[in-house]
Amino acid sequence: METSMSLAPQKTFDHSYFRKKNLAILALVLLMVLVMWGSGKVADFDFVYAFTSIPLALQWMAISFAPTAASLSALPELLHQTWLTILSAVAATTTAAILALILGVLGSNSVGVKNTVVKTSIRVIASVFRNIPIVAWALVLLLSFKQGEFTGFLALFLSTFGQLTRLFLDTFDEVPLGPIEAVGATGSSYWPIIFQAAIPCAIPQLMSWVLYMVETNIRSATLVGMLTGTGIGFAFDLYYKSFRYDVAGLLVIITIITVISIELISAKVRRSML
Amino acid sequence: MSTSELLEIEGLSKSYRDDQFALKDVSTSIRSGELISIIGSSGAGKSTLLRCINRLIEASSGSIKFKGQEVTTLKNKELKAYRRDVGMIFQSYNLIYRLSAIENVLHGRLGYKNALAGALGLYSEEEKQLAFQLLDEVGLAEFAYRRADRLSGGQKQRVGIARALCQQPSLMLCDEPIASLDPKSSKDVMDSLRKIVDERQITCIVNLHQVKTAIEYSDRIIGLRHGEKVFEGDPSSLTLDIIEEIYEGTKDEYTEVAAMAQISTMDVALQDNQELVGAIDGN
Repeated sequence: METSMSLAPQKTFDHSYFRKKNLAILALVLLMVLVMWGSGKVADFDFVYAFTSIPLALQWMAISFAPTAASLSALPELLHQTWLTILSAVAATTTAAILALILGVLGSNSVGVKNTVVKTSIRVIASVFRNIPIVAWALVLLLSFKQGEFTGFLALFLSTFGQLTRLFLDTFDEVPLGPIEAVGATGSSYWPIIFQAAIPCAIPQLMSWVLYMVETNIRSATLVGMLTGTGIGFAFDLYYKSFRYDVAGLLVIITIITVISIELISAKVRRSML
Repeated sequence: MSTSELLEIEGLSKSYRDDQFALKDVSTSIRSGELISIIGSSGAGKSTLLRCINRLIEASSGSIKFKGQEVTTLKNKELKAYRRDVGMIFQSYNLIYRLSAIENVLHGRLGYKNALAGALGLYSEEEKQLAFQLLDEVGLAEFAYRRADRLSGGQKQRVGIARALCQQPSLMLCDEPIASLDPKSSKDVMDSLRKIVDERQITCIVNLHQVKTAIEYSDRIIGLRHGEKVFEGDPSSLTLDIIEEIYEGTKDEYTEVAAMAQISTMDVALQDNQELVGAIDGN
């Protein structure tokens, strides 16, 4: 009783409360400005120049990258390359998804194997593959596989595999355990429980991640293509370096339209699955 | 009615730590074609007892004999074959909500299949017809192809019953099957269970919160308190004093309620005061 008395809150109005809070915010803002200014100084980055040059840069882009009637002659070839890039992204994602599904099941805490060594290794593998940037994958793979479709596919596949494994592990960790227990109680063995109970429970989330990775990979495929000499990435690089900015601009527009369409489609698919 | 012993439980204990018993030296034997209710407050060990029987939880000590065979030592294949013979239904139904009612019922056949056929969900024509017929029996033929999450609570529980029946079991374990249901659905579900026992001679062990329901439907009642069996007998031999003992009159509020009330009104109090009941035994 006595302790609760001494812990009783003060009921007087605290004048310093709001002042303290405002001072803290002010200090934080000042600190951020200082850090920005300091790091700009070190990196030789001029904020004023950077901001004032934006309109000029936009103007230059609008003039040089605007597609002309002449650039339309390249359109069939660009569309073909875009199509190849989409296919490559989809193939890499789905292949990675199958492998990630198996590891995601086995490594999850809910329906996975009991062996902690296996579980930990799966998590470590996923983490390693996920944390190597896709460009690094492409550059490393170029050494062994040279330029070509397969190298691009492999780079996309490896990084997607790492990311999807990680995402699937989390998805299966959150699967409701009651239905799994119920199917187990029927005398079912392990894989039927996984395929008949765990995966059906998790499928909307799993599909959602796969679609998300397809979107991401179409963007990444463009970048990877510049290095591996394939798809729209390579086409962009080629036209850009030969000063055909108008065609490069057209390609940027095609890429944006493609990515947005894929996003819209996958959003629709996701909604219909719920 | 057959009088052979289906299930013999001997000195069954479950402890999570050395001195904390979820279940303490419980013994009983259960004949074919009986409906047995297990009553007791939350945390009394009802669920643990049920899950020890089909080994979803491993008992710490004691023996369970099913059709004369010791089940606590069964491994892999034998364990699966045993579980196949024991159906289970749950308070939260535990259906796969993205699948249709009939697909959920067909899960009862998975214990009969090899891993590949089970994983791919390859069911024979007879199995599919059996599943439909069972849904028809629990009054859900028209909902057979509806997704499980579109069904009401009572309907979901009846799908759960059909799934358990699809295993063609000798024993059904029912873990608080009506605790989440309204009175009408509760009655439907309890009627179904009674019918299963009477018509198919399948033994049902039912965990219940509602004393009145236990008295109305059971052939025999077992009372658990703190993991120990404190009562076993006919519904008619369950007196108010015994109920008080089972639900332990340590908390003043509850003792008053129990002492003043008739069994029926107490049941209402029980339903309304699940938290209170939990608090009585919760530690």
